[in-house]
Amino acid sequence: MSIFVDDETRVVVQGITGGEGKFHTSEMITYGTNVVAGAVPGRGGDEINGVPVYNTVDAAVRTEDANAAVVFVPPRFASDAIFEALDADLELVVAITEGIPTQDMTKVHQRLSEVDTRLIGPNCPGIITPGQTKLGILPGNIFEPGSVGLVSRSGTLTYQVVSNLTDRDIGQTTAIGIGGDPIVGTSFIDTLDAFESDPHTEAVVMCGEIGGEDEEQAAAFITEQMDTPVAGFIAGRTAPPGKRMGHAGAIVSGSGTGTAESKINALTDADVPVGNTPDEVAEYIESFL
Amino acid sequence: MLSPIYPNEARGNRRIGAVTSVRRIPIDSVSIGDERDLYTLPSVTETMRLHEYQAKELFADAGIPVPDSQRATSSDEVLTAVEDIGYPAAIKAQVHVGGRGKAGGIKIAGDKQEAKAYAEEILGMEIKGYTVNSVLVEASVDFENELYIGITMDRSSGKPVAMVSTEGGVDIESVAAETPDAIAREHIDPVFGLHPYQARRAVYDAGVPSDVASDVAHILSTLYTQYESADASEIEINPVMITTDRDVVAADAVMNIDEDALFRQPELASMEDTAAGDDLEIKADEYGFDYVRLDGDVGIIGNGAGLVMTTLDLVDYYGGSPANFLDIGGGAKAERVANALDMVFTDDNVDAIVFNIFGGITRGDEVATGINEALEKFDTIPKDVVVRLAGTNAEEGMEILNTDRVEVEATLEDAVEQAVINAQEVHQ
Repeated sequence: MSIFVDDETRVVVQGITGGEGKFHTSEMITYGTNVVAGAVPGRGGDEINGVPVYNTVDAAVRTEDANAAVVFVPPRFASDAIFEALDADLELVVAITEGIPTQDMTKVHQRLSEVDTRLIGPNCPGIITPGQTKLGILPGNIFEPGSVGLVSRSGTLTYQVVSNLTDRDIGQTTAIGIGGDPIVGTSFIDTLDAFESDPHTEAVVMCGEIGGEDEEQAAAFITEQMDTPVAGFIAGRTAPPGKRMGHAGAIVSGSGTGTAESKINALTDADVPVGNTPDEVAEYIESFL
Repeated sequence: MLSPIYPNEARGNRRIGAVTSVRRIPIDSVSIGDERDLYTLPSVTETMRLHEYQAKELFADAGIPVPDSQRATSSDEVLTAVEDIGYPAAIKAQVHVGGRGKAGGIKIAGDKQEAKAYAEEILGMEIKGYTVNSVLVEASVDFENELYIGITMDRSSGKPVAMVSTEGGVDIESVAAETPDAIAREHIDPVFGLHPYQARRAVYDAGVPSDVASDVAHILSTLYTQYESADASEIEINPVMITTDRDVVAADAVMNIDEDALFRQPELASMEDTAAGDDLEIKADEYGFDYVRLDGDVGIIGNGAGLVMTTLDLVDYYGGSPANFLDIGGGAKAERVANALDMVFTDDNVDAIVFNIFGGITRGDEVATGINEALEKFDTIPKDVVVRLAGTNAEEGMEILNTDRVEVEATLEDAVEQAVINAQEVHQ
């Protein structure tokens, strides 16, 4: 089992003709993802890696019966691409694009409250259900099917923790990078909720980082709503206030919100052990299983 | 009450969401030598800061009243400006760094002699490594009240939020922490914008005196128009002064622009003060790296913000001290890798380097080639480098990597621990 995506997921790739879109479409197909269509304005009728391209997402969805989209569209056009996907009644949209203007995302965020579609990202590595499908840029070879769910704000940190899990022969149900921007479509809580409802997920890794209050809110959710054990990791303990650590969202503000300490305390209070190192997180997970 | 200087200015330029210390200071006791050490950040990733004078020009163009002021880059220009403006006048360093008041970057000139002396003192001075190239010469304002108004992004709701408080002139974060009810907030629908009734409600809820309420509401509405049209990430006037004549004046201006939106803000993009950073930060900007300089001695290079942050944390965990955050980003080619290493080699604070890559779209062979290229320029390697390569093409990378010249560790933990030991050995 898994959350959000599985081998039934039928994917349309927006921006399939671009460098990134083309390369990762081929990687996704190799992994086993059902990439059924591409959507690029003006390229309708083309074929990329054997995948038919349509001018609009709507045409792609109608013709190929897609239920999910992956967005590899450059930042200045990305919010329009997301709106187009949200208008096509898809179940899931995964936006990989980094560098979308924040004010574009506030409008997308507003639209999300009016539709049933889930958005993952932007500025994220995507989502993978090992052995079944991946939507995004995660390197498939480091994942193993198994019983641990993983949610993270960071891509490469996800890979690091997964490799620590895999080294201990611990596989994953689904792993999700929710993205490092201040405004993202799917939160920790959304993901934890889905893992809690998934009968095959026996434990969850949650990798947070400085900035915002998502981790604190997630800690409260874990206390109130979850039976599945969770182990955590928080990046940015040594980040000085006011300095953005790469991710637009990773910044400690002056009022004490967003600090690693506040997140670690919140998680500890929710009986979520927080690893000092990625491998310690894997060790906690091993002890849960 | 006569303001010899805008009180918050004496404490340096600040902005919402980014202050290192919060201490409430009674307005009466404010002096130029204030102890507050407010952060502001040069050449920060994702945010382009405007200087006060630039933000004030934009505000004035939009119809927001600002005090008479002129920017000056020499003491002659200061004297000309101050003749126009009159005494007393504030001479304020224009630098992207906090605590400029504390550092002596803001002075009040009561006469020509003082103006000349202060101009010569401030222009060219270094504040936390940043040279002051220009000052703003500004008229003092006789004021009765100080308000705060600002607009920023509220992450939890995903909406911009407008804020108004009568506790102006002090840091809004301390107001938020101590008396949250003193700030009226209005969340803004990004599609419809700030409705006029919302601006009025915020102003009345905050308790702004009713004779100036509609003026303040109008400024708030104008500010949101600016926020939206300029792709601002934060915009703030602290304080808005209510003068003895019951006029409303923007005595300060903070405006930060979303760097991701600069492609459609060419005019604002051209206002960026690219000289306003230290050498390594300027270089990092040129290379397009996410880079933050820190105080320690272990240089850190990696891919992906979360993993690089984790590497910093592990350096600390193993008893070392990180010298920087450097994210080469995803999919870096050899040249980019070499540039990163070159850059950290030139940092005098760095005694040892850890290079940690977990390749997703970044390929281990490109990384190894880049590291080799950077090392080829040296007969003796200037600082010990520990490399950890994992993920895509890591094995190919290990075959390419010149392991005679760098140390290699298989795990993140071991690589960091070794780099910390290497740095400690340099000290001995």
